[in-house]
Amino acid sequence: MTATTLFDKVWNEHVVVPETDDTPAVIYIDLHLIHEVTTPQAFSLLKEKGLPVRRPDLTLATMDHSTPTTPVRSIKDLAIVGPNAERQILQMQQNCKDFGIDLLGFDSDSRGIVHVIGPELGATQPGKTIVCGDSHTSTHGAFGALAFGIGTTEIGHVLATQCLLQRKPKTLAINVEGQIPDGVTAKDLILAIIGQIGVNGGTGHVIEYRGSAIRDLDMEARMTICNMSIEAGARAGMIAPDDVTFEYLKGRPRSPGGEDWDTAVAHWKTLRSDEGAVFDREVTIDASKLQPMVTFGTNPGMVVGINEPVPDQADDENFDKALRYMQVDAGKPLIDKAVDIVFVGSCTNSRLSDLELTASILDGNKVADGVRMMIVPGSQQVKQEAEAAGLDKIFKAAGAEWRESGCSMCLGMNGDTVPSGQLSVSTSNRNFEGRQGIGARTILASPATAAAAAVAGKIVDPRIFLRSPV
Amino acid sequence: MSDKTITSKTVVLPAKDIDTDQIIPARFLTTTTREGLGEGLFRDLRFDKDDEPVADFPLNRPESEGCQVLVGGNNFGCGSSREHAPWALLDYGFLAVISTEIADIFRNNSLKNGLLPIIVDEETHAWLIANPGAEVSIDIAASTLTLPNGKTVTYPIDAFARYCLIEGTDQLGYLQSQLDAIESFEERRAWTP
Repeated sequence: MTATTLFDKVWNEHVVVPETDDTPAVIYIDLHLIHEVTTPQAFSLLKEKGLPVRRPDLTLATMDHSTPTTPVRSIKDLAIVGPNAERQILQMQQNCKDFGIDLLGFDSDSRGIVHVIGPELGATQPGKTIVCGDSHTSTHGAFGALAFGIGTTEIGHVLATQCLLQRKPKTLAINVEGQIPDGVTAKDLILAIIGQIGVNGGTGHVIEYRGSAIRDLDMEARMTICNMSIEAGARAGMIAPDDVTFEYLKGRPRSPGGEDWDTAVAHWKTLRSDEGAVFDREVTIDASKLQPMVTFGTNPGMVVGINEPVPDQADDENFDKALRYMQVDAGKPLIDKAVDIVFVGSCTNSRLSDLELTASILDGNKVADGVRMMIVPGSQQVKQEAEAAGLDKIFKAAGAEWRESGCSMCLGMNGDTVPSGQLSVSTSNRNFEGRQGIGARTILASPATAAAAAVAGKIVDPRIFLRSPV
Repeated sequence: MSDKTITSKTVVLPAKDIDTDQIIPARFLTTTTREGLGEGLFRDLRFDKDDEPVADFPLNRPESEGCQVLVGGNNFGCGSSREHAPWALLDYGFLAVISTEIADIFRNNSLKNGLLPIIVDEETHAWLIANPGAEVSIDIAASTLTLPNGKTVTYPIDAFARYCLIEGTDQLGYLQSQLDAIESFEERRAWTP
């Protein structure tokens, strides 16, 4: 038998109709995650055509993007964000009701960022095909699922048929060998990978992250890695499931139970690239050389080690423009640059381990004068767990804001924005011009680097704060 | 798309990695329809802090009026999956985007809405970037782009997507015609997650 990759195995299991030169493959979707921002037009199409949602049982809805992160006690509170956002949220509630879809809305303890709650509920599982109208759907690939973002037209296709028309992408193996040094996190690793292969380095490909450094990561760290696959242009990112994956999933509300669990695990264990499987491309990264990373420009590939100087590419007009927007000097490190806002949150870094790391640096310290720090849990579940561990007390004692779950400051559409011209250190995934608000300047970093910047009031090497290894 | 050819002058945005947050900022995404999104197209590049048009931004120049073809730098449309990006470009009046590389999700979304994503070689691209306002002609059936100097290049496009663009075929209709296959797939799966 030909040696095949993890991606090939999951793809092959979901081919309803194979592709030909003239037609793409029809691919079956096991889990369709939906949220309020990218679905209204898809539901309108179904209503126009008089079509039902074919598999509401495989569809899971929540609200995260345009929802405020201040407490919402009633629908009246939604007016905070504006009439459009309010209409969008109300329409989501109505659409889910009309089409019989489970909505984890404001009255649900399970509400949260769609890419945080899928895994948390055990709905995300190895070998599934998972789609959502959000590019960070790649997050779920951490479980060995084939998960990718789709547009609103395709959301309509999945709602109506549970299938998508797809051409088979290429494969890219990223082998990360060696041990990640103390004080360096999964966020630093993925930023380093994007810096190496570029923001278009994965276009047309599905990435499989492999090697000893990946196997050593816990599930939350693996999710951070796969989350940012799209920032390298990749269609999806995957990690082969192993005992760490199974341990994470066991006993979760939507994980298989009883005898089904054993059947599932037996199947999941087959989901790995065979020895000798050939990838279209391979890249190798030495984990032992990694350091905390910070972005200096206006895309996630413009990134340097925390103590390294910003490169000088004076002949590149785009590069120069990005540096001017960021008010950053070529040839100098970002160290000591004063910050205005620190944001810990987003589908990249808002899980319990991210908050624990943040708390380990804030504990006994204060957020520097003049700095606003916002900590936004990825889900209501994460919020509860953090509060049970007393993390909220540490955050509040340090002078940080502790919010309800949501996408928050990752993208300026829910009331949480960075004012024009201000410099933000953010644990999110995109430092595009204006992403966090008109004129906002964003430095992407790990929760450790973000928390250290909040306390110091400027960019510092987070390793000076570490009392124990990360 | 009813016409099988597009003939238009180009507007050029030479920057590479033009992301979907630049094409349409997130604050315009609270809409529940797909109409009127042209207003938000490149909003923070077209208008300054006081909401005054930025005179030297290419889309704001008088000669750009009515242009249907946009030439962008490498890796156009990277970033989010928002279909609002092609909706905004179409609503503004564009029918095609040309670059050396176009991000996967944006390209997919464009094809589903009749916005033609065209990938060209670096030499052709460099010429287009250096000659804003050049009148180009696109033959959708032949998948060719012709420059004013007569040079014609073929661009890659998925055969099915091209068929749908020309015939105006509804891809959802095609998927629905596969319903028997979908049902039998659901029945034959040995193990369902």
